[in-house]
Amino acid sequence: MEYEVNIGIEIHAELLTKSKVFCSCPVQFGAPPNTLTCPVCLGLPGALPVLNKKAVEYAILTALALNCKINRNAIFHRKNYFYPDLPKNYQISQYDTPIGVQGFLEIETSKERKRIRIRRVHLEEDTGKLIHSGGRITGSDMSFIDFNRSGVPLLEIVSEPDISSPEEAKEYLTNIRDILVFLGVCDGKMEEGSMRCEANVSIRPKGSEKLGTKTELKNINSFRAVERALQYEIDRQIDIVSKGKEVIQETRHWDEKNERTISMRSKEEAHDYRYFPEPDLVPLEIDDAWIERLRSQIPELPEEKYERYKDLGLTPYEAKLLAHDLEMSIFFDETIKLYNNPKNIANWLLVDVTKELKDRNKVITQTLITPQLMTELLTLIDEGRISGRIAKEILPEVIDKGLSPRKIIEERNLVQITDVSELASVIEQVIKENASVVEEYKKGKEKSFMFLVGQVMKLTKGKANPKLVNELLKKTLG
Amino acid sequence: MDLADLTAHELLTLISKREIAPKDVVKSCIDRIERCEPLIKAYLYIRDPEEIINSVREDMPYSAIPIAIKDNILVRGLPNTCASKILSNFIAPYNATVIEKLKEKSFNITGKTNLDEFAMGSSTENSAFGPTRNPWDLERVPGGSSGGSAASVAIGSSIWALGSDTGGSIRQPASFCGVVGLKPTYGTVSRYGLVAFASSLDQIGPITKDVTDCALLYSFINGHDPNDSTSLNVEPYRYSPLTGDIRGMKIGLIKELLVEGIDPSVERCIRDAVKTFQDLGAIVEEVSLPHISYSVPTYYILAPAEASSNLARFDGVRYGFRAGGKTAEEMMSNTRGEGFGPEVKRRIMLGTYVLSAGYYEAFYLKALKFRNLIAGDFKKAFERFDVLISPTSPILPFKLGEKVENPLEMYLSDICTIPINLAGLPAISIPCGFVNNLPVGLQIIGPVFSESRLFEVAYGFEQAMPFHKRRPQLGGNTYGV
Ligand SMILES: [Zn+2]
Repeated sequence: MEYEVNIGIEIHAELLTKSKVFCSCPVQFGAPPNTLTCPVCLGLPGALPVLNKKAVEYAILTALALNCKINRNAIFHRKNYFYPDLPKNYQISQYDTPIGVQGFLEIETSKERKRIRIRRVHLEEDTGKLIHSGGRITGSDMSFIDFNRSGVPLLEIVSEPDISSPEEAKEYLTNIRDILVFLGVCDGKMEEGSMRCEANVSIRPKGSEKLGTKTELKNINSFRAVERALQYEIDRQIDIVSKGKEVIQETRHWDEKNERTISMRSKEEAHDYRYFPEPDLVPLEIDDAWIERLRSQIPELPEEKYERYKDLGLTPYEAKLLAHDLEMSIFFDETIKLYNNPKNIANWLLVDVTKELKDRNKVITQTLITPQLMTELLTLIDEGRISGRIAKEILPEVIDKGLSPRKIIEERNLVQITDVSELASVIEQVIKENASVVEEYKKGKEKSFMFLVGQVMKLTKGKANPKLVNELLKKTLG
Repeated sequence: MDLADLTAHELLTLISKREIAPKDVVKSCIDRIERCEPLIKAYLYIRDPEEIINSVREDMPYSAIPIAIKDNILVRGLPNTCASKILSNFIAPYNATVIEKLKEKSFNITGKTNLDEFAMGSSTENSAFGPTRNPWDLERVPGGSSGGSAASVAIGSSIWALGSDTGGSIRQPASFCGVVGLKPTYGTVSRYGLVAFASSLDQIGPITKDVTDCALLYSFINGHDPNDSTSLNVEPYRYSPLTGDIRGMKIGLIKELLVEGIDPSVERCIRDAVKTFQDLGAIVEEVSLPHISYSVPTYYILAPAEASSNLARFDGVRYGFRAGGKTAEEMMSNTRGEGFGPEVKRRIMLGTYVLSAGYYEAFYLKALKFRNLIAGDFKKAFERFDVLISPTSPILPFKLGEKVENPLEMYLSDICTIPINLAGLPAISIPCGFVNNLPVGLQIIGPVFSESRLFEVAYGFEQAMPFHKRRPQLGGNTYGV
């Protein structure tokens, strides 16, 4: 039997606000445990939450970018459950009136382009972090809690179960990540936990109306893991169903090391969170003016950039690579204002510059190259003042030291030799010193010609204009 | 007559005229503490008398007028137990906003007063550390939950005090102890640093010997606080001398609060008060608030619901009492099992129940609707009346242990005060008579932000009928006028 897969994804994104969502403690990573805390985020008696407006704006921005409707009267609810890392034993979250509802995101896979509906975008607070002695909860006889993370604003983005393959899931996730990064609301680092993902997965016979029983997948900690965890779970469910058994509704944990999912708890143990409106906060009133002001702040997003780049003549592959890289696309956009050959810039950025950046493990804004220097470099090539080879040679210095390519070539005398008489004398010397090779060439050995060109380049330290050398050499040899 | 029997404004006048030394007042209160506290047990914690005396500053008059603070309002460096075993070892690490405001004026805190555990109760018997007794009759309760604060002011072991009021916890003990208590408009006094019982109902307020002191103390604690999102950004109340002129004022007597189960002697006092108001030139008419009879069930759904969540943080993980256990979950469960008293547990269970899936709509949401209906009744009444009046409590101070076995009867005795919290309104309780030497309280209710009007009406009554001047007799010693 053929099966259809339904995947819904729940993303938790830590927002890059300066302070926490309900207190003024800074949001910062890597600080010594429990140093970024106060009565509010420690859940001390008598402490009260005060909503961080910036966090709300980030949530509205994201909801708008994901084409959501904005609830004009968004209410915070308490989600009640006991856990040692949750200081108040309730989490301030949103329930039936989240900030954004009924949005969508377009994704493009190798097969098709499709729309994934987004159910809700809401704001909530993060919990503290449990640290178990020995590193694992099982067998650990002591646990510690770091509340630095407690109260960090979290954005929850929930999709409808419209995703039908692991490939689509990965595409959806990377698209969301890129949008968050482009909006500047989250750094999108799954491996560091600033973006976390859970998926619910079900299968059903193709054409069936009703969704199958779903399992919830947790602990998916990288983009790589998303595809593999989902594929494993789909295969597992198909295996169960094709044996005539039934899938159990439960939460399953992705075991990265052993590449499998493990059962955590079944539905019977599911929580009743006893949601009710948070009486310590007033309803959040979001008016049209606020929404419009935020809408006007949304920068160009990857999807639009992608289309624009294709219109500039880039290949879909190039356009996609550039459009989804925030720093690189900004650099690209700045450069095309100065230099009117987008294709050439894209080529340099995606190949040579990217390679240099990878070697340094940096993004382009962390280096000293600027759109002006890039333009200078490309113009020198176009003018025939340097060869591509020289350009590649001096690129590292431009990147690391921010030196002007023009100055570098002048100071080191790297300007291409285009003077015919100067080249003619070098050619003459090469012919004299390689008489036997010249003979071979005249007998018809094409390879010998390349050797002679190489000799000219060597004597000029690569500065000779290769095109000119070719022409002159051919002419001299007759 | 000792200095401890005077009001704050009387003492401030004497100090400014240099007729008494600031330290004399403090010494008089300390003397009163030493003599009466063993019988009354108003306090859970008393600061070192030397320290209290040394806190007096010649240039700061309020440092000479000792104030007692209910033990659910955080004062940095002092214990804050909420009369619960679960916070028995908790020292407040920060000041509540109201305390910050008082500290600016160098207010001199005597200590932390007894209450029903987490402010849940009407008799101060639900304290994990033993009950407080009514200064007018040691066999009787002082009311609750701010019983310690009210008893302390009545007996003079402090000149004035702060309490908190969720369903009558300032007004009912003020009534039982023959003093004045104000439950301010919701949102006018910051709740930051008040250990939450029911967030949408809680409000801190003054307990004093007379209306002038009440107005004065309220003027120091009210005002917008950015640390409390439910605090209202309105022009704060500023004290100005009261005139008590209520001629032409329209007063509504709430019909529904004068029937069911009211003590006839209490009703007589209220009827007498009506006459007094008429003599003062006010117009008094009966008014019906049809939904007010649903107040108690509405309150006992909403307040426990919020409490069940507010009290979830007491789990032994970060602070307070911690019981043993093999796992974290077991430890948390044991801590709460051993740390909370029976009334608190009863309300946590009630609240958990009404918020549970399948019951939320039937209980919690329905209660919210009734809350709106009750608030609507008041709104309508205030279209016709400037203020409304009722007894503060339909019954006289009862005997210790009398209602412990019957929580429902205890809950029902809060019928007069609960609707005011549900509607978010201000209300003041003032002494309006005595029955067998037990005080009776009159409740005056106003629309939101009408505190200054309440003070005028209350002051007018107080000037005409000075019941507030009576002082309890204790152990053969007469502290009366
Ligand atoms: Zn904090």
